[in-house]
Amino acid sequence: MSKLLIEGVSRTFAGVRGAEPVRALMPVDLAVAANDFITILGPSGCGKSTLLRIVAGLEAPSEGRVLLDGKAVTRPGPDRGMVFQSYTLFPWLTVAENIAFGLRERGMAEEERDGIVASYVDLVGLKGFENHWPKQLSGGMQQRTAIARALANDPEILLLDEPFGALDNQTRGLMQELLLGIWERRKKTVLFVTHDIEEAIFMASRVIVMTARPGRIKSDVAIDLPHPRHYTLKTSPEFSALKARLTEDIRVEAMRTADAH
Amino acid sequence: MRPLHPVSPGLRTVLGISFFVLFVVFWAWITLGGNVNRIFLADPLSMLRDGWRLLVEDRFWLDILITIWRVFGGFVLASVVAVPLGIAMGAWKPVEAFLEPFVSFARYLPASAFIPLLILWAGIGELEKLLVIFVGSVFQIILIIAVKVGSTRRDLVEAAYTLGSTNNSIVKRVIMPANAPEIAETLRLVLGWAWTYVIVAELIGSSSGIGYMIINSQSRLATGQIIFGIIVIGLIGLLSDFAFKAFNRWLFPWSLA
Repeated sequence: MSKLLIEGVSRTFAGVRGAEPVRALMPVDLAVAANDFITILGPSGCGKSTLLRIVAGLEAPSEGRVLLDGKAVTRPGPDRGMVFQSYTLFPWLTVAENIAFGLRERGMAEEERDGIVASYVDLVGLKGFENHWPKQLSGGMQQRTAIARALANDPEILLLDEPFGALDNQTRGLMQELLLGIWERRKKTVLFVTHDIEEAIFMASRVIVMTARPGRIKSDVAIDLPHPRHYTLKTSPEFSALKARLTEDIRVEAMRTADAH
Repeated sequence: MRPLHPVSPGLRTVLGISFFVLFVVFWAWITLGGNVNRIFLADPLSMLRDGWRLLVEDRFWLDILITIWRVFGGFVLASVVAVPLGIAMGAWKPVEAFLEPFVSFARYLPASAFIPLLILWAGIGELEKLLVIFVGSVFQIILIIAVKVGSTRRDLVEAAYTLGSTNNSIVKRVIMPANAPEIAETLRLVLGWAWTYVIVAELIGSSSGIGYMIINSQSRLATGQIIFGIIVIGLIGLLSDFAFKAFNRWLFPWSLA
């Protein structure tokens, strides 16, 4: 059985001041198997973030429904952890308190929380920064904390909305390896939205390519590259072949977006 | 001068103090130099002399204490009512829709115009003074806080929901801590205004306080005492502002780290 089932989900935004309603997302069907790492690749404005937010329950679909373990998603909940592109750590909480946030909301006792927090601080390599405030951290460290915060809740599925989009190239590469390393060790179902082709291939067991707005699924590419993956994989011939193929797919869509403006 | 270029801390202090010096020099020049009639404006020296006499002989420090108590009493009263209301209005839109029009209207009612009415209701005792400050501050605080709370970062709220927060814990664990520094900053601002209201309250129907001393001095043309009273208010305002600022910094180190 699929872990996550997206059935005919579409989204239309009401027109502003009598304008025509805007279709952001055509009906999308997608089945995600347990412990799959799926990247959703598309040009900007294609509705891929909207799709992710619908899965998170932060937005309601205009049509269709999302099922997680057979249960319909109606609102956000701790079973769907999310990492945002913008830095969303709570600035008044330290790194450790941020990671503990979900556990605290669940009413977990402090002693029990501390153990879990320590293990996730370790997992994302932030030992020694537990008592820092988000303001004192670099962008990469903030996103590592955000990943730890989402994982500490032990969600059924992890949703990531261009989590490394605001980071510089080197940091981004390191973060990709870090997240992939975590996934390889502790299997988890992941939905990862990005507009970066290399990132999409490197991380994924399956890449979903979306068309320009209004978005729909254009292609569904299995990535059978072996694990564990190392950054040198990005220069291998198999990787290049996949990249060439997806680049072509995306280019057509990006040009359609550019023409529309 | 390069626009927006910061000034060194040393120069900042020197420049800040030098305006005070210039101001006093100008004041001394027009009064001691005989450019203004003494009856209308006392010179700095007689102001100090009058002030000293006030403190030593007329027990003016009692008036100062009474005024301080009134300001803080009225201010605390207003804060206790306004902060929860402001948060409620910012967080829950139906509450805002219900109260916002009235509060916006009430904000423009001049507190000083309420004094005759308040005297009628509460007499000329302490309660009336507190109420003047209360009326003058409470609506302002409510509105400013409601606006700040209403503009809470949505992404933080969304992040909290995906971590399992309920509607109530969003208010308690996100909206309130996220806005706490701004709320404290608002209170600091309004405390400054409270000093204006207390003096107005003391000018009318009062028998103690700095404002009472000032109106009393007017009938005796003691401009030195009036100016001394005004300067005392300014100094206390400055001190309480400093203290408030330091307190906020200590309370919310994360917002400045």
